[in-house]
Amino acid sequence: MVQPLLEVRSLDVRYGAVQAVDGINFEVEQGEIIALLGANGAGKSSTLNAIAGLVPTFGGEVQFDGQNITNLRPEMLPGLGMTLSPEGRRVFGTLSVAENLQMGAFGMKDPQEIAAAWDRVYTLFPILAERRDQFAGTLSGGQQQMLAVGRALMSNPKMLLLDEPSLGLAPKIIEQIFELITTLNQQGVTILVVEQNVSMALEVANRAYVLANGQIATSGDAKELAASNNLQNAYLGGA
Amino acid sequence: MELFLQQTVNAFALGGTYALLALGLAVVFSIMGLINFAHGELMTIAGYVLMYCGLAGISFVFAVPLALLASTFAAVLMERVAFRPVRNSSGATMLVTSFAVAMILQVIFQNFISVRSQPVLLPEALSGSITIGGLVIGVNKLVAIISTVIMLIFLDRFLSKQKYGIAMRAAAEDFAVARLMGIRANTVIAGAFAISGLLAGVAAILWVSQRASVDPLMGFTPVLKAFIAAILGGLGSLRGAVAGGFLLGFIEIYLAAFLPPALQEFRDPIGLGLVVLVLLMRPNGLLPAASLKAEKV
Repeated sequence: MVQPLLEVRSLDVRYGAVQAVDGINFEVEQGEIIALLGANGAGKSSTLNAIAGLVPTFGGEVQFDGQNITNLRPEMLPGLGMTLSPEGRRVFGTLSVAENLQMGAFGMKDPQEIAAAWDRVYTLFPILAERRDQFAGTLSGGQQQMLAVGRALMSNPKMLLLDEPSLGLAPKIIEQIFELITTLNQQGVTILVVEQNVSMALEVANRAYVLANGQIATSGDAKELAASNNLQNAYLGGA
Repeated sequence: MELFLQQTVNAFALGGTYALLALGLAVVFSIMGLINFAHGELMTIAGYVLMYCGLAGISFVFAVPLALLASTFAAVLMERVAFRPVRNSSGATMLVTSFAVAMILQVIFQNFISVRSQPVLLPEALSGSITIGGLVIGVNKLVAIISTVIMLIFLDRFLSKQKYGIAMRAAAEDFAVARLMGIRANTVIAGAFAISGLLAGVAAILWVSQRASVDPLMGFTPVLKAFIAAILGGLGSLRGAVAGGFLLGFIEIYLAAFLPPALQEFRDPIGLGLVVLVLLMRPNGLLPAASLKAEKV
């Protein structure tokens, strides 16, 4: 079997005495869309933040593209081909749309690659091209989410980590976001998405892992999970 | 009227110096949440470089870049040695560290240079004055105003046009996300310190050119004023720091010029009273930082 693109082994994340993630194992194969589901406080965001190096891991190992990236500084990741679009979008509100995107390509050297990244993002999101000189803070929530994803795409990543991309958005925009996830995947980007919107996430994902109390309660094929009641049990703490 | 204009020029000169210092404090604070009270010692270092250059017979034209280089380098070194180890600590820990750095440097100056104030040789042209439309303006005041304007334009260009400048604004707004973009924390912080050191150097040259002397505690008072200016403008906000610096300069100069002699004794309390009044009306300062606004929403 080919080595998975992302491999997480016995990952432990603690905040003082609180165990947020308790020895979880999972992997993401090249080209997959994987959903990480679970109730509030189940450890989803902590898992993503630990992979990205934003919070220190207490134990375990993270392998990405054949390299050990455990506890690597977050600024090293884009260069390796992974970016995280954080929860709550967190666009730089006092920077213009174009400046936000420019920051997304911060570590890139090749002018041709950079030009291609601008093209790709402005083609995916014409609205960002239209508003390039506007402060990001003045965009609507949906546009800010597009900017957050566009910014993460500027470094031309192999793998994109998305933390709650549908949070606080109108249903119509949420649909666009999930369509976008499929489109990006078709362009060859492997995606790990943390979501509260379970039904939408399972619709686009290949596989899913469901977290409860920092552990993987259940996992499997997205379609099968959607049909079974393991999912409900995991959310209600019955599993 | 003439006295008023005269004092306005003085206010711009002093306010500009405060603005440069407050900017230096704000640049570092906006990036890493540190209020660097050792900022004043960067001024003192630049002042001593000017003094030694004078003693060594080095022309002022070369002494100025050397002084700027020294304060910039000292700022970067300060970050590397003293502040990097406490980078993720609480604001209080970093603040106390900066007091420690300030005191260590003051003791070093006192023991290895002199406890007493030392004269600094300045070019004669600086102490001259020119007459513009009946207004007699000291060359040093004019130089102060022009230098301030040049520095402000330079900094504004850097922050709005250069990739690294934009990265510093991004890091000031959301440090963690800036790192996710591949912006290196060490580079941004070292850059912030380099800028603050450069600004302290320029402020030191302007400060020394009004007084022609340097002493181990030279930096304390202006940086305390700059700190007040930064709070007045909105801590962490760069535009606020400039506004606060000028406002404080105006308050001080006008009070010194126009307060009745009987009240001159109370100049500082009255000035600070005005600062408190402004803060009562605008608790986050004149032009609060964006990150602060975001937290309030």
